[in-house]
Amino acid sequence: MAAITSDLTSAPVLPKWIAPVLLLAFAYGVVPLIGSSYLFEAILLPFLALGLAGVGLNILTGYAGQVSLGSAAFMAAGAFAAYNFNLRVEGLPLIGSIVLAGIVAAAIGIVFGLPSLRLKGFYLAVSTLAAQFFVQWALTKFSWFSNNSASGVIDAPRLSIGGLALDGAVGRYLFALTIVSILTFLAYRLVSSQTGRNFIAIRDNETAARIIGIPVLKTKLLAFAISSFIIGVAGVIWAFAYLRTVEPDGFDLDRSFQILFIIIIGGLASIRGAFFGAALIVVFPLGLSRLGGFLLGDVFDSGVLDMSQRIVLGALIILFLILEPDGLVALWDRIRRRLLFAWQST
Amino acid sequence: MPLASYALGMMDASVYAPEVFARGLPSTPQSSAVGIVPAGSIADAAAPLLALQGIGLSFGGVVALADIELSVNPGEIRAIIGPNGAGKSSLINVISGVYRPDRGHVLLDGVRYGQVPTQRLAHLGVARTFQNLALFKGLSVLDNVASGLAYKVRSNFAGQVLGIGRSRGEQRDSLSRAGQILEFLDLTAVRDRLAGTLPYGLQKRVELARALVAEPRLLLLDEPMAGMTASEKSEMASFVRAARDRFATTVVLIEHDVGVVMGLSDRIAVLDYGRKIADATPDEVRNDQRVIDAYLGVASDNEDGAGI
Ligand SMILES: Nc1ncnc2c1ncn2[C@@H]1O[C@H](COP(=O)(O)OP(=O)(O)OP(=O)(O)O)[C@@H](O)[C@H]1O
Ligand SMILES: [Mg+2]
Repeated sequence: MAAITSDLTSAPVLPKWIAPVLLLAFAYGVVPLIGSSYLFEAILLPFLALGLAGVGLNILTGYAGQVSLGSAAFMAAGAFAAYNFNLRVEGLPLIGSIVLAGIVAAAIGIVFGLPSLRLKGFYLAVSTLAAQFFVQWALTKFSWFSNNSASGVIDAPRLSIGGLALDGAVGRYLFALTIVSILTFLAYRLVSSQTGRNFIAIRDNETAARIIGIPVLKTKLLAFAISSFIIGVAGVIWAFAYLRTVEPDGFDLDRSFQILFIIIIGGLASIRGAFFGAALIVVFPLGLSRLGGFLLGDVFDSGVLDMSQRIVLGALIILFLILEPDGLVALWDRIRRRLLFAWQST
Repeated sequence: MPLASYALGMMDASVYAPEVFARGLPSTPQSSAVGIVPAGSIADAAAPLLALQGIGLSFGGVVALADIELSVNPGEIRAIIGPNGAGKSSLINVISGVYRPDRGHVLLDGVRYGQVPTQRLAHLGVARTFQNLALFKGLSVLDNVASGLAYKVRSNFAGQVLGIGRSRGEQRDSLSRAGQILEFLDLTAVRDRLAGTLPYGLQKRVELARALVAEPRLLLLDEPMAGMTASEKSEMASFVRAARDRFATTVVLIEHDVGVVMGLSDRIAVLDYGRKIADATPDEVRNDQRVIDAYLGVASDNEDGAGI
């Protein structure tokens, strides 16, 4: 009774793991040698942190269908938790602080995911705002979280793994790259597992999912927990590796929207999409400021830049929602297929 | 009695043996105490697998179901017909626990429920399809069908992510069983397509596959042939019959096409305005004056399924 599977497709296709492995080889082997510190500090570090946050949100929103506007809160929870674990628990290695921080973020995610058991769509999105406001309020209100520092701004601890100091731009890049790669790989495994299929089933038809025996409530809370864990760790990378300071202000509602835009532009329910979206969100303001400065000279100051950024980004999101609802990933796949086809027919 | 595991054991022992059906399913002691005598003539020997007692359900002022009695015997194909709005879907929703009846009880295998626990439905050996398609559009056909086995998964997400523990075996098992069902329903050619991209008739068939993969003892089908062409309908009818014969599944079938129903079912219940107006064999129903007045009177128009 063995089912006969035929994996043969018409065109010879490269194995799926080739592209990510080549990419990683390049990211580890080549980029550290040729990259400038500007590339690491201004582009790659925020790209990695936001990409990972996008992966986390995509699990919750893209796969499990639960809209959240609280991503920045979970980033903040992760960053502050890691800071405090590192500060207050003696002898705990940095990696331990980061894992514990992810667990704290996951626990907060479960609490603020509870409304999802009753609320859907727009109403759920509004209720996740509670997480956003509550966490930011708590971090500002109780100075214990920032070790009673007067300004509320604190320096992140120095990065090191197993005694190896990773303080320079390249070191912090490698630190972030490693964590992001591992978590992204695990996320990929998750979404192609039975649990990942349960997420999609609940997103696509909750009643049918319940009828076939998927534990809907448990699965929703699991999605919140896993998503918040990943976003929390992304918050640690954001604060420790990119900014090198820990402060509540950077984790405001704007940041939550930014991560939501990342997955919309990149592609919902796609792991790659989160990185496509993050790349666009990070590179786009830099490109815009260069272009603006080049065209308009001194008139293009930071105020104008900020405003024009918002306008162009808003327009871009509307365009994507209308023209390419499946995001940059779909666009990319289509272009690649065209190229492949053109190449084969020559 | 754990129905699901019972059904599975049966699957392992004699996967495709029709004699399982002929032998019938063992009756539980309690169910004989229920004392419902089936209206039909075929199976008064066996205790009913499913019985509805005095089911009443209304929405605001609309009475969807009024004092419904129904019994379904193991192994039979039980049709429910009636005009639009007669309460057929409501009845299936009550049986599957999607609706809670205002009055009455559902007896599944002799166990009495005020509201059937939807979350445990699969464990109770009950599967269903929906009148409006309820597939998971973003999953492939194979994954849709494999998700019909999700209720049995015992590995947790960490085991699945790391590929350790029982998760590997479960994954392999559910995909291979889903593959078998796809083959059985002639869906192998589309197994890797996204379910949402299939034509309507095929989506209906995938939904049947998703329900069947759990090898349910009781299969509830809400208009599985609606909107199909004549040849698709007869194909679907033969699948339903084959499924019953192969998995010894008891079937409750809602269908508008009287021709299909007459040929396929052992007993037919007729609903009208939430009341049961007849319950008998196809031949008896065909000649029942009240049924003719309420429903079959326009039989010639009904061949294509009234008002779908
Ligand atoms: N969820 C609901 N809310 C309000 N009214 C409902 C609901 N479900 C069913 N009804 C009403 O109950 C009555 C029976 O509906 P039901 O869907 O059970 O009929 P049906 O026999 O399946 O009809 P059809 O052949 O059109 O599918 C109808 O009057 C319908 O409007
Ligand atoms: Mg109906």
